[in-house]
Amino acid sequence: MLKKRLIACLLIQDGKLVRTRNFRTERIIGNPIVAIEYLNAWAIDEIMVLDIGSTGHYVERLDNNLETKHLLTDVIKYISSKCFVPLTVGGGIKTLSDIRAVLKAGADKVSINTNAIQNPGLIPAAAETFGSQCIVVSIDAKKTSTNSYQVFTDRGQTATGKSVLEWAKQVEKLGAGEILINSIDRDGTHNGYDYKLISKLADNLNIPVIAIGGVGKWNHFVKGFNSGHASAVAAANIFHFSEQSAQQAKKYLSKMGIDVRL
Amino acid sequence: MIAIVDYGIGNLGSVENALKYVGGEPIITSSPNVLKNADRIILPGVGAFADGMKFLKDRKLIEPLYNEIITKKKPLLGLCLGMQLLAKNSDEYGLHLGLGWIPAVVRRFKIDESKYKIPHVGWNNVKPKKNSILLTNLGQSPVFYFVHSYHLCEISPTIVTGECNYGINFPAVIEYQNILATQFHPEKSQQDGLKLLKNFINYHPS
Repeated sequence: MLKKRLIACLLIQDGKLVRTRNFRTERIIGNPIVAIEYLNAWAIDEIMVLDIGSTGHYVERLDNNLETKHLLTDVIKYISSKCFVPLTVGGGIKTLSDIRAVLKAGADKVSINTNAIQNPGLIPAAAETFGSQCIVVSIDAKKTSTNSYQVFTDRGQTATGKSVLEWAKQVEKLGAGEILINSIDRDGTHNGYDYKLISKLADNLNIPVIAIGGVGKWNHFVKGFNSGHASAVAAANIFHFSEQSAQQAKKYLSKMGIDVRL
Repeated sequence: MIAIVDYGIGNLGSVENALKYVGGEPIITSSPNVLKNADRIILPGVGAFADGMKFLKDRKLIEPLYNEIITKKKPLLGLCLGMQLLAKNSDEYGLHLGLGWIPAVVRRFKIDESKYKIPHVGWNNVKPKKNSILLTNLGQSPVFYFVHSYHLCEISPTIVTGECNYGINFPAVIEYQNILATQFHPEKSQQDGLKLLKNFINYHPS
């Protein structure tokens, strides 16, 4: 049986690991390489690294150690030498060359977001060149009313006027392999996923949907599968801040009847 | 020395890292001379079939590979797209000819897509069949990472040594003389995948 997947996400800004809330950078955590060591790589099913861009200047850091800034490609190379699980990399990917470079550095899949909306032709071009299974389209959603969500780009700053479900259906038609659905409203809140948003997509698409945004406890993962109908659940903060490990998350999921790889 | 064929696409770094981790001596190469000196060869692959064949042709790798694998019978491990390219043809984005070194063709999953989303992506169990070299010591139900929309079919059951189920049963591992191949990515499959790579390193055709 195909297992449900647990994905750990790292947000990198200016080469440093950060945490966000409603898509605003809240805190710099520090060295992404250290975070990877804490991840308990054997239990996690996939790793996602999202480069959320440069602020253009150094922000004050918790550890005051400027040497721990890393180039994205360094982070990718490190992960792929230590963690033998699929690695998805996203952030500012615009062209087929960008994709090729990231795959060459060690990524298995790429995630495209803003550039997919600005240039939808990128999706079929990338799918034909690299295979659709390599292409994850990431969608950032903000709730506009009880039952509707709008797509935002540029790290949650620009309203597109597009309906999330409409865009997701278009993305599927264009040839994307998977969709990563992120709730801007839930990001960093620890209040759980927006299950309505996730199931809206999962129930209406034939490609896998990965949920992200809002996890505060392991039970949110369970609901992501049971209420959200996601194929995979992802989180960033909980893996960096929780004293518990990915292994414990897996044990909990299994105890709750979710078919995961142990 | 294990040669990892560089034909312009594929997650070469991951394969190299995994082989090093299990004690192999990999070299990423597109040089026929290096292929000549290799004890065994890995054909990785991520991407679309037509591009895979095109890149192999453009880099003039087909003849050198034929010499090492078909003529000299060196052990070959094909991974994912690398497995599919060994087949006679594929109909991914049009009908394209493959290397034709294994008696099989490549077709898209024909399953209920509302129940079974395509691509088949994630961790799934593989059922070992008799006498599998690659699945030795991996127990009854090893789990590997799959990511594909197409699979081998029209294939003799005698060369299928590992099967996976995703709506239908399809070949996950094939072993045809010195040609071994997996649909999944062992280099991305944690412990079970690393053990499989070790089995390949230790395989000596009698």
